[in-house]
Amino acid sequence: MADFGGDIDAFRADAKSWLEANFPASLKGKGGMMAIEGETPDSAEVKAWTHAMGEKGWGVPTWPKAYGGGGLAPAEARVLQQEMNRIGAWNPVGGMGTMMFGPTLLEYGNEEQKQQHIRAIAKQEVRWCQGFSEPGAGSDLASLQTKAEDKGDHYLVNGSKIWTSGGQWADMCFCLVRTDNTKKHEGISFLLIDMHDPGVEVRPIKLIAGASPFCETFFTDVKVPKENLVGPLNGGWTIAKRLLQHERNGLSGGGGGGGGGGMFGVGGSPASMAKSYVGVDEAGRIDDADLRSRIIAHEMDTKAFQLTAFRMMAEAKSNQGPSAVTSIMKNAGTKVGIDRAELILEVMGTQGLGWEGDDFKPDELQAVRGWLGGKAITIFGGSAEIQNNIISKRILGLPDPLGPSSN
Amino acid sequence: MAVLTEEQSMLRDAARTWTQEKSPVSAFRKMRDSGQPLGYDPAAFNEMAEMGWTGVIIPEEYGGSDFGYLSLGLVLEETGRTLTASPLLSTALAAASALILGGTAAQKEAWLPKIAAGEAVGTLAIEEGPHHAPEKVALAATKSGAGYSLSGKKTFVLEGMAAGVFVVSARTSGKPGDKAGVTLFLVPADAKGVSRKQLKLADSRGAAIVSFENVEVGADAVLGEADKGFDLLEKVLDRARAGLSAEMLGSAIQAFETTLDYLKTRVQFGQVIGAFQALQHRAAKMFTDLELARSCVEAALAAIDNDSPDVPELVSLAKAKVGDTLHLVSNEMVQMHGGIGMTDAHDAGFYLKRARAAEAAYGGQAYHRDRYARINGY
Repeated sequence: MADFGGDIDAFRADAKSWLEANFPASLKGKGGMMAIEGETPDSAEVKAWTHAMGEKGWGVPTWPKAYGGGGLAPAEARVLQQEMNRIGAWNPVGGMGTMMFGPTLLEYGNEEQKQQHIRAIAKQEVRWCQGFSEPGAGSDLASLQTKAEDKGDHYLVNGSKIWTSGGQWADMCFCLVRTDNTKKHEGISFLLIDMHDPGVEVRPIKLIAGASPFCETFFTDVKVPKENLVGPLNGGWTIAKRLLQHERNGLSGGGGGGGGGGMFGVGGSPASMAKSYVGVDEAGRIDDADLRSRIIAHEMDTKAFQLTAFRMMAEAKSNQGPSAVTSIMKNAGTKVGIDRAELILEVMGTQGLGWEGDDFKPDELQAVRGWLGGKAITIFGGSAEIQNNIISKRILGLPDPLGPSSN
Repeated sequence: MAVLTEEQSMLRDAARTWTQEKSPVSAFRKMRDSGQPLGYDPAAFNEMAEMGWTGVIIPEEYGGSDFGYLSLGLVLEETGRTLTASPLLSTALAAASALILGGTAAQKEAWLPKIAAGEAVGTLAIEEGPHHAPEKVALAATKSGAGYSLSGKKTFVLEGMAAGVFVVSARTSGKPGDKAGVTLFLVPADAKGVSRKQLKLADSRGAAIVSFENVEVGADAVLGEADKGFDLLEKVLDRARAGLSAEMLGSAIQAFETTLDYLKTRVQFGQVIGAFQALQHRAAKMFTDLELARSCVEAALAAIDNDSPDVPELVSLAKAKVGDTLHLVSNEMVQMHGGIGMTDAHDAGFYLKRARAAEAAYGGQAYHRDRYARINGY
């Protein structure tokens, strides 16, 4: 399908008829949270839809067909997305396997690893979690201590990870482990660990917004087969950096809508919500001059971010090569998301502070949790400060104040 | 950077080469020190016209290249980088747009070829107070014979000392603040009763106060429709604002790059000051803002070329975002340079002064934030 001999209109017609034949109309517009790895038992319809997309490879439309992907050219993938949007269809294949691990393994994995894992991700059969951060290794990720000892026919893993999103539901973990104590970055390896091993213990973490998908994960004498090492021994840091790029791209929200904040919070814009919660003056302006001016600034930031996302896509499409603009997307997108949550809370007034009970509408209860949960977006995936370090060093060419202890 | 055609890339490269070689900031300094009342170097402007820059948006039948606003924006971005002073924006973009959008065949024939050739300078004479308010027009145009008689005063007329023709907003009915009753007139600078006085501003660019005392013009001086000139004026202003935004983007980028160079060379405490994280994160913020502003400016210019209905919204977004960014970067340029940035011998002051004048022109950030909200209904 990669060659453009065929007509894109022909592909559109094929996609349209396939989607209409396979997407259950009852699931129309019910994507949203379902795409995020969760514990909710899937209905028969969701299972059937997931199976159909998995078999077709269209959950990961641009991945190679040889490993279970859709094998589509980018232009075809865009058409597929347009046709899905048109009928309210959504991609049932998602999570860390598709967003981060799959693209990384396609680049760095050996043939056996790709055969073993990529197809299972494309079919949403195996759920993955990320074992990177540790209690003592947050922004300074490369100081991680979870160790993997070479025991001849296997690695023996001991240590603990934190913020393993979806760890309690995951089947497998892509994990950074220390295989050499004498070096920092060059002593880290990239290892795939079975989460069902008896030596793995997972404890969910309660956050300020309540229950969360984040976990602590403890590894005690976990035996990991040698073939689960991705890339060379002590060569995991390079792979990790690549994976984090995929993570950042995913978290900045690309096409806009509030950058990462879209995962949390409620729909609707602060401006339109303010018109009903705050009211308008005789000229139709939000009836609170100070709040109005801050809402305007935010709405304009949102638009500027969306235009930048479009520009980035247009540049990528024209093969001008990766531009410096990608480096700003996480901070720009998460700022919009954080500001939006704060403004919605303020617009709702005390109705935005409800914790539970029928005095509050579902949107209002969601607003307070979105506000609190959303604080995470400037912390995870490389904090706002780390992003600024990256821009300073890699784009602006300023000296690294952290010296060799940084990456 | 927007995806450009080959011709646009060539135009941009030519503009970059010419401004860097023929019109660096030192040329602006020389012009300022000379006390040139026009606020630009006519010889340099002639070279710009010879390269065709004054005809970029003008149709081919009137001597231009009909190359569009995004293309002219590329040139303005480059002239903005080096603070090149010229009437390019006022004449080849603002006045030319007024004629293209509202002119009769005779009006176009009379002025567009001269503007395209750089032989005549046109400009907008629209402001009457210290804040941009295009509907607050008091300058009166009263019926007089078959034509009109204009009386009143316009201030902050960009390139007003050089202009050969003014696009004047006048009131033919209603009261100041009413959008209805505004009429645009084409008034030659040598018309009887027109006088001008140099307005010396901090940025040393060309500006004037222009007085109209019983200036008699014919009915054929009306640009567009009598009493209904405000919509035309808004369209013209949006084009001028977008072009100025491109120039401001260029100024902001250069101010940032000059500052970044300084962070890499200035040594204190035994290291370059760019090694300090407190400065690095401010630099990263500026870089982020510049990228966001670029998206807005390019979107506004492209929307004009596509005659898209969201031109007003995108233009106000662009002017406000690039205004905020230039404001920040020009302040940080002085602060990060420290004492040397306060001296007249350094270029930082030029960028700071130009920033505020450009921010104020055709509406500042506060004006455009409010307009953005009004357009979107809140």
